[in-house]
Amino acid sequence: MSSERKIRVLIAKPGLDSHDRGAKIVARALRDAGMEVIYTGLRQTPEQIVETVLQEDVDVLGLSILSGAHMALFPRIMELMQKKGLTDVLVFAGGIIPDEDVPHIKKMGIKEVFGPGTPLETIIEFVRKNAPRRI
Amino acid sequence: METSATLMQELQQLANNVINGDKRSIARAITLIENNGEKAQRLIALLYPHTGKTHIVGITGPGGSGKSTLIEKIISELRRRGKTVGVVATDPSSPFTGGAFLGDRIRMQKFTTDDDVFIRSMATRNVPGGIAKATREAVMVLDAAGKDVVIVETVGAGQAEVDIIKVAHTVVVVFAPGLGDEIQAIKAGIMEIADIFVVNKADLENANKAVTDIKASLELNTKEKAWKPPVLQTIALTGEGIEQLVNEIFQHKTFLEKGAGISKRRKKVETELVEAIKDKVADLIIEKLRKKKGFNELVEKILNRKIDPYSAATKLVSELTFNQKED
Amino acid sequence: MFKKEKLEEIAENEKRWRQTTLPKWLSTRPERKPTFKNTSEFEIKRVYTPLDTADLDYIRDLGFPGEYPFTRGVHATMYRGRLWTMRQFSGFGTAEQTNQRFKFLLKEGETGLSIAFDYPTIMGYDSDHPMARGEVGKCGVAVSSLKDMEVLFDGIPLDKVTTSMTINGPAAMLLAMYIAVGDKQGVPREKLGGTTQNDMLKEFFAQKLCIFPPRPSVKLVTDIIEYCARHLPKWNPISISGYHIREAGANAVQELAFTLYDGITYVESTLERGLKVDDFAPRLSFFFASHNDFFEEIAKFRAARRLWAKIMKERFHAKNPRSLWMRMHVQTSGCTLTAQQPLNNIIRVTLQALAAVLGGTQSLHTNSFDEALALPSELAVRVALRTQQIIAYESGVANTIDPLAGSYYVEALTNEMEEKAMEYIQKIDDMGGIYAAIEKGFFQREIANSAYKYQTEIDSKERILVGVNDYTVEEKEMETIPILKIDPKVEEEQIARLQKLKNERDNHKVKQVLEKLHYMAEKNENLMPTIIEAVKAYATLGEICNVLRAVYGEYRELIII
Repeated sequence: MSSERKIRVLIAKPGLDSHDRGAKIVARALRDAGMEVIYTGLRQTPEQIVETVLQEDVDVLGLSILSGAHMALFPRIMELMQKKGLTDVLVFAGGIIPDEDVPHIKKMGIKEVFGPGTPLETIIEFVRKNAPRRI
Repeated sequence: METSATLMQELQQLANNVINGDKRSIARAITLIENNGEKAQRLIALLYPHTGKTHIVGITGPGGSGKSTLIEKIISELRRRGKTVGVVATDPSSPFTGGAFLGDRIRMQKFTTDDDVFIRSMATRNVPGGIAKATREAVMVLDAAGKDVVIVETVGAGQAEVDIIKVAHTVVVVFAPGLGDEIQAIKAGIMEIADIFVVNKADLENANKAVTDIKASLELNTKEKAWKPPVLQTIALTGEGIEQLVNEIFQHKTFLEKGAGISKRRKKVETELVEAIKDKVADLIIEKLRKKKGFNELVEKILNRKIDPYSAATKLVSELTFNQKED
Repeated sequence: MFKKEKLEEIAENEKRWRQTTLPKWLSTRPERKPTFKNTSEFEIKRVYTPLDTADLDYIRDLGFPGEYPFTRGVHATMYRGRLWTMRQFSGFGTAEQTNQRFKFLLKEGETGLSIAFDYPTIMGYDSDHPMARGEVGKCGVAVSSLKDMEVLFDGIPLDKVTTSMTINGPAAMLLAMYIAVGDKQGVPREKLGGTTQNDMLKEFFAQKLCIFPPRPSVKLVTDIIEYCARHLPKWNPISISGYHIREAGANAVQELAFTLYDGITYVESTLERGLKVDDFAPRLSFFFASHNDFFEEIAKFRAARRLWAKIMKERFHAKNPRSLWMRMHVQTSGCTLTAQQPLNNIIRVTLQALAAVLGGTQSLHTNSFDEALALPSELAVRVALRTQQIIAYESGVANTIDPLAGSYYVEALTNEMEEKAMEYIQKIDDMGGIYAAIEKGFFQREIANSAYKYQTEIDSKERILVGVNDYTVEEKEMETIPILKIDPKVEEEQIARLQKLKNERDNHKVKQVLEKLHYMAEKNENLMPTIIEAVKAYATLGEICNVLRAVYGEYRELIII
């Protein structure tokens, strides 16, 4: 059906954190940049997030978290991604994540962490550049 | 560069996995359909013999009708009856940016970890007729994967949505009271193809009026129909009326399997074939004509107002020769 | 306020100035922007004159402090009589740790307590619930039962402090626990003073901490208002909040209008219970943000007081003057603070706190400079408290009431704020009220659009954020500051504590009272008394909420990006 390839992105809010202003702004910016964006809504478990990645066959997963629970939730998410054979999906994170946690997070396979104050254009460019080319 | 044999092997493997219900394969198959013409066609060819078992329910309605909550409750009820469910939810792509926000899944997130429910969101991608084809094929994938019921969801706003909904066996149109004007505004096509009408938010004041309005609108259609679309009332938030709605859906399914239903199904398949031919023919011919030298010359002439587009088209098409012997 | 002839003279001079003096300046030095606007999209004039307040009537529009329309303040002596309450929102880890932080803050001079609960508590989950994994104690204190509450207030007599609890969905349960602690300490219930935030409407379109759907949520809110009206005369049952609406991305006038409308809805829901407006209105309180645009915020606070007084008088016919008072708590805006060059945040907070004081707030929380990085360290929260103390004792602004009254700019802005907020209120009325507006996604759309606009202004540098899109420094040059860490053992400890509790309590009694709660909920009774019974039997927060989840169902939001 399609002429040009569309990048499909899932923006997810793991855990109980209810700050969604940033996640929604990023979702909107990516949509306005021509991508197809699915937003999970709040309070998603790692199982729900990864299953959504699988069913929707997205190219990119963005995790937004401001509650400090990232070191408990990210490992579980990345473990499930591995288990379900979803390692070619580009994963990035944003929110309130202390600098010292970033190296550990990258080791899990999350490619980049965008802190507060990141310009939207930076995130859009990053996704365009790094989204896997499939099909 | 893959050889045709390797490609066919891969596609066969993918098809087998889909038939076995492997979710990753279902997902990848649908992606293939959305993006790749030739591979997709071959995959469909492999899957088609395994389709025809699922019941396709199209659900549409204006924004604010509570459609998403209704679908959530329908899925719950279907699951309660032990049915496996597939969902294809479509949302419009922006004509300007090409992007889309696929927001239907959120309402159904609780089913994400139910192994017997598969939900896929698709953007219309602004290719005329494209989404209807893609939806039809995505449904085929879910059909081949063994889903008992596949729900197709759209917002009943434009021509694209009418085309998508035609993919379904049973079309359910959802209204909410107080949207009286919207009944007129809804594409005439939708009112005509609806098999079941639902007035949701039936606890609101003018629910009965909405039911009357819809029935009146149906009376105007004097053509004798074998299936008289019922007008139901639901309160999606509480679940009231859902059981009855699902019963009607299955009643309609039974109707389709007999008598007048069978000829309707045949007509549907004929339409599908004609659509498929149209696509192929159009692609083929346009490709041929574009390559002709005269094409660019005609474009120049049209720009300079020397000839109108329709005469130019007639000219080009008349120069076509068909190499087939007449049957 | 000026005589007609004088105004004409001023108008003529304004014209002359605009036509002769001004152009000379503009030709050599064009202004920095083509137009200047505040967050509410009001165009800010170059200069304000008596012409802008020509229709202002001192008695009608400003009045005296402590008198209708209360523009200048709800109390006749304001800060000369008593300074605003310095109330720092705090909580993290276990009840013991937060108890320590409370004592530290009281020692450093805070004059009221404010509890921050962790996410599981806020969502009605016990610390051992699967959804709580990784979240226990991270954003606030974990309270799963009365036992935790008792530890939280160990050594803190409830007749000597007032406590604000930022809790919404499970507000009834936490209030019940507070009452139970008071009972245990021997404090008469009429002496318990404090606030429960208990504002569910804003959760549905701003903070999103919803457990149950809208109508049952408002029912619980009203249960608390009704119960307090009858039994806890010193307790503010609700803090009708604009802070979260603002933080979600709304602008100042949206924050004001949506908050007031929430207030209107709560008054209506309580009147439906059969109470008279003067029975409960005096204890309704409000909570606003204090954001960056200094004068816009001051105008907002003043307009808020005047508007609420008018609404209570004209829409609800309240007779008791106290019913017309808008008492507010203000928190400086968290979302304006930056991770980059965090010490800059001290200046931001100072200006925002000053605006709140000049706006006449009753109570104030100042954010810590590490807001964008972690929960406040002891150093950071001390500085935040000192900010208030320096404003109070050193700057002199608290020595007179409403010092900015009469400023042509501030009065014009206050008027415009009131006018535009009323337009929004009318619009929501026309839409069919709050539930209709929420269902239609009205608030969510307004907020999402304002939030997106704000971000694009920052990205395009139309709005400068010092240290973020301008005046940036290399990361290696940035100051390092101590960051509070939550001990990972907190979760384990809490889980063990819960297990111990469940083993030691009378489980039969718990079962009975939970069944009673189910029954009372089905019958639509006021649930406060039964919830108090339940917490005293040491039923856990999660157990109590599960009963209500079974009766009311759970809520899922309408998403507008």
